[in-house]
Amino acid sequence: MVDLVLSPADPSRLAKPARRPAGRSVTSEPVWLRITLICLSLALLTVLLFAPLLAVFAQALQEGIGSALESLADPDAHSAIRLTLITAAFAVPLNAVFGLAAAWAIAKFDFRGKAFLITLIDLPFSVSPVVAGLCFVLLFGANSGIGGWFVANGIPIVFAVPGIVLATMFVTFPFVARELIPIMEEQGRAEEEAALTLGASGWRMFRTVTLPNVRWALLYGVLLCNARAMGEFGAVAVVSGRIRGETTTMPLMIEMFYNEYMPVAAFTLAALLALLGLVTLAAKSLLEWRHGGELAAAARRH
Amino acid sequence: MDRMLPGDAHAAADATADRTVYVFDMYGAVHQMVVSDDSDGPRAERREEGLREAARLTPALVRRWLAGAAIAVIGLGLTLEPGAVLAADTLLNVSYDPTRELYKEYDKAFAEHWEALGHGVPKIKTSHAGSGAQARSVIDGLDAQVVTLALASDVDAIASKTGKIPEDWQSKLPHNSAPYTSTIVFLVRSGNPKGIADWGDLVKDDVQVITPNPKTSGGARWNYLAAWAWADKQYGGNPDEIRTYMHDLFAHVPVLDTGARGATTTFAQRGIGDVLLAWENEAFLAEKELGQGEFEIIRPSLSILAEPTVAVVEGNLHSDAQKAAAGEYLSWLYSPEAQAIAVKNFYRAWDTSKADPADVALLPALDLVTIDDLGGWKKVQPEHFGDGGIFDQIYQAK
Repeated sequence: MVDLVLSPADPSRLAKPARRPAGRSVTSEPVWLRITLICLSLALLTVLLFAPLLAVFAQALQEGIGSALESLADPDAHSAIRLTLITAAFAVPLNAVFGLAAAWAIAKFDFRGKAFLITLIDLPFSVSPVVAGLCFVLLFGANSGIGGWFVANGIPIVFAVPGIVLATMFVTFPFVARELIPIMEEQGRAEEEAALTLGASGWRMFRTVTLPNVRWALLYGVLLCNARAMGEFGAVAVVSGRIRGETTTMPLMIEMFYNEYMPVAAFTLAALLALLGLVTLAAKSLLEWRHGGELAAAARRH
Repeated sequence: MDRMLPGDAHAAADATADRTVYVFDMYGAVHQMVVSDDSDGPRAERREEGLREAARLTPALVRRWLAGAAIAVIGLGLTLEPGAVLAADTLLNVSYDPTRELYKEYDKAFAEHWEALGHGVPKIKTSHAGSGAQARSVIDGLDAQVVTLALASDVDAIASKTGKIPEDWQSKLPHNSAPYTSTIVFLVRSGNPKGIADWGDLVKDDVQVITPNPKTSGGARWNYLAAWAWADKQYGGNPDEIRTYMHDLFAHVPVLDTGARGATTTFAQRGIGDVLLAWENEAFLAEKELGQGEFEIIRPSLSILAEPTVAVVEGNLHSDAQKAAAGEYLSWLYSPEAQAIAVKNFYRAWDTSKADPADVALLPALDLVTIDDLGGWKKVQPEHFGDGGIFDQIYQAK
């Protein structure tokens, strides 16, 4: 109890509480600890992120930029790039529409089974892509009823482009919805209800109130979705059939080139894929910088 | 969807354009307000303007986006090769990992041969992966016209599970439908630092052996069976001693890759292990592609005659022209020209009349057992590699 009473005979205790050196606030750490932690994080970042990325580019350019560009002229590389872009061109817009619809239903309405729907949307995050791919093979493979019908009608799903698009869509499904739900929930329905009371039709309310409110989050979700769609390997590998020049996407082609002792071609394609990813990342950072506040709600959920 | 505004509210609002307005008061009651042009208050006007401005921006944007996306998709779609439309001379050859280079060269030669016979330019597509995985894909509906797999048992699996290949497929082409053969050799690092000469050396204390997983890789089954054949001879058929040897062998394997090519990469590019059990052709290729003088090929005292087999998938032939092309694609593999290509790619061929003698000299005669000496695939496959089979037993006993 004595300690609680400050002795006027010992004024130094007022100026120097505990053993904390002067001039340092309670929220900061000793210099050596700060430097160690920063160095540790930087070292980890370098080893885990920058070095591998640099290695990819270095490998691609090991025989000069000429042979790197030449390797991209390979018809197989061409068709792989084209297939990847086609896949993203189908999967991303469709997932944007589905994601928007799902987020709209979940955020603006109360209904039975809502929690179940949210779980369902998250499913692709928790299911391994390989399992997802195998599911499509089981469902649409030649030995299933549906798959047999499609094959008989000349529209093979598995081991053809539709299967690749489907598998990609499955894996990238949650990205847009997951981005939109927290924002839409936070915004509530007041503005939409106001628009309706002012006489706007449902479609007009959606166009003029709902969509503008979520547009940056939507774009953000689309970018994430796109990055994953172009890079997906596991699920696509299972449903692709690996027909060269036909059902081989960029990630699959990279593996094939590597296995065929064509490191320049493999790493050039890998560098291109990484560049596509970096462009997406840059766009995402730009969005965060421009519209940080609006995206904060979503970011808190990640 | 039970908490939305009453549907008739906006229906009515629409009917009279923007003249009718419903307003909720704080008690939840709905008030209908009819507003005429000149009675618009300044607040209402502002709000209307806001809506209109937003409306002016967004739909135009959305439309532009949609149009852009549509054009992009159509454009991309147009450039997509008509893969689904099968030309008469289109063939899909579903093969296993180590034959990539062989079929790249053969497809070119075959295209010229097929054209010389007075046909159009054939479009030959190839697919490579582990032999077992490829068989699985064909069973699941991969539209292969010909399969060129590592093991007869993989072709058997397609035949029995789908009926797309006749049961007697192996008698349809010469030499048990194996146009080229290979064997299993050791690839060691230059100078053979661990002094590996035969199967017995693989279980020395400090030796790490690289081989793929016999469950998924055809090549790995040949590796396994070659080791088994040697142990069988070495230990005079004593089953316990053979099993002990096999168990010791797999205890020396640090990584079980899924395919032959993956194992080669592990050994040659990632530098893991002291000895790679590999197809002879794969060992030569690794040496050629990854640096002459970095590796040495060691031939054990006894190995196995590995017979990769080929078959037409009759159930996947969509026209007579395709049938003719598929048949010729496989029978021409036995021609002296094609056999020379096989030898050039380090396969052992039956007819070396047109092959470069230097290539032939690389493949000296060896003491080889055949799969039939071990009882044939129909017996070996379930006994050794089936679920709970001998491989599972020795590998789990680890």
